[in-house]
Amino acid sequence: MNYRGPYRVRLDRNKPEPEILHPQDAIVRVTRSCICGSDLHLYHGLVPDTRVGTTFGHEFIGVVEELGPDVHNLKVGDQVMVPFNIACGACPFCKQQLFGNCHESNTMATAVGGIFGYSHTAGGYDGGQAEYVRVPYADVGPVVIPANMDPDDAVLLTDVVPTGYQAAEMGGIKPGDTVVVFGAGPIGIMAAKCAWLFGAGRVIVIDHYEYRLEFVRQYAQCEAYNFREMRDPVLTIKKMTGWLGADVCIDAVGCEAAGSALQTITGRKLMLQAGSATALHWAVNSVKKGGIVSVVGVYGPTDNLVPMGNILNKGLTLRANQASVKRLLPKLIEHVQAGRLNPKGIITHRVPLEEVSEAYHIFSSKLDNCIKTVLIPSARA
Amino acid sequence: MENKHAPYAEIKGWGVDADPRNEPTYPMKHYTGDDHKRLHYDRPTQQEGDIELLMSIERPSRSAVFGTSVPPSGLSGAIRRLAFKFSESEYGHWLPLLLADRINVVEGIIQDISHGKLPNLIEELGLRGEWTYNRKGLAKRVAITTAVTAGTIALLMWRSSSKKKNKGWRKWLR
Repeated sequence: MNYRGPYRVRLDRNKPEPEILHPQDAIVRVTRSCICGSDLHLYHGLVPDTRVGTTFGHEFIGVVEELGPDVHNLKVGDQVMVPFNIACGACPFCKQQLFGNCHESNTMATAVGGIFGYSHTAGGYDGGQAEYVRVPYADVGPVVIPANMDPDDAVLLTDVVPTGYQAAEMGGIKPGDTVVVFGAGPIGIMAAKCAWLFGAGRVIVIDHYEYRLEFVRQYAQCEAYNFREMRDPVLTIKKMTGWLGADVCIDAVGCEAAGSALQTITGRKLMLQAGSATALHWAVNSVKKGGIVSVVGVYGPTDNLVPMGNILNKGLTLRANQASVKRLLPKLIEHVQAGRLNPKGIITHRVPLEEVSEAYHIFSSKLDNCIKTVLIPSARA
Repeated sequence: MENKHAPYAEIKGWGVDADPRNEPTYPMKHYTGDDHKRLHYDRPTQQEGDIELLMSIERPSRSAVFGTSVPPSGLSGAIRRLAFKFSESEYGHWLPLLLADRINVVEGIIQDISHGKLPNLIEELGLRGEWTYNRKGLAKRVAITTAVTAGTIALLMWRSSSKKKNKGWRKWLR
């Protein structure tokens, strides 16, 4: 996969195969990779330093083909899931399990750790929407896929499930809490599903795509409402939650939110702010006083219009981070194996890697009721 | 600037209200206090390589591993080099990077053409998907684009012909 500019990607058969560049590198032959909702921010040209020629893809699994001399925990032929964060395991942040905030994987920026295929702002690594990928720190990130695990479940454990789970975890949900999730994309769907694991008493999802609302009602056994049918989503949520607001609000949308003309024009069209912060704005205003807002939606590196005064006056706790995939994997593997989570249930499209440009367009334009797309390098899978 | 700590142990009441449970980052962060060591930890082996790598000025050296995907080049590369003279806190860093990204798109097209390849926009934009799943929407979009293009061309032609006519009138009036 080769990025050519906003809304333009193509298959590139001439890109050189990756090589071992560091003693802790591995080369992984990809067997499944996904298109993530946050890949769309790159695809739409919203992430600074997204260079033409880059290969996207931070959700992938594959087979270890080659190992650097300092990799001891893997062997050639292992089937591995590779967390989307590149983490060294040695810096103060990794040592404290903040694997999404590694300080030794991104030369280009300090605010974000290295991420596969996510622009030069996230380290300039080629990603997994390819046949082969270079995986740095192979002793730290990759986890061998349990023998009985479906590869479609495994690939979703590299980002979607941990991010959705951490969204709920950061919400500090207490038994009986009302949780409102903004966004019924893959992450929002998973956050809604995971909210039950923490003892939520009521889970409400807000979006504007009817097919996604219908999907999340079934998949996550929750309530789901279309904000296009509300004059004021915040007021509606207040009324639905006994006028005090939700106990926990989760922003699972990020910088391409719809629903506010001002945010859309200044954030997405004119790029005067780091994307449209409509979902975050609603989350802050819909949560109760002393409540918690959990943010996993991706925003750009500059500034956003958010009601900071309300965060202060309501005494809110704002929690946010890239998911620490490696920290969460043992628990999440257990949840999948126990049948509490069914990641592959959100996959709607399985597409050969050769059709990557079509797959991006379908996902970006929400065609064919698309929720989650898995790319399969067809020759080898 | 020197990184130094105050002689806090001598401050009256120092630490009496410290409460390890007051840690809103749990369970994300398993607090160890390692942050206080700053950059004094055993760093992983440094990746070698002589590719041009733009480095955030908010760090003293390269990260131990780094991506080698697309080194900066051309006009967009020059703008990116300029952007990296500013910290991540400044618009002077991010806005030039966005500009460079747009210029890079044009450079990509020029590069394609110089290699004898015309970009296949129908394929790259994934329009086959639109044709398969949203034929009506595609037809509407094509119709609008055609109408706007035709209207613009007609307007330009009308303006240029009326300019010529006006010139003729002015000449005659002189």
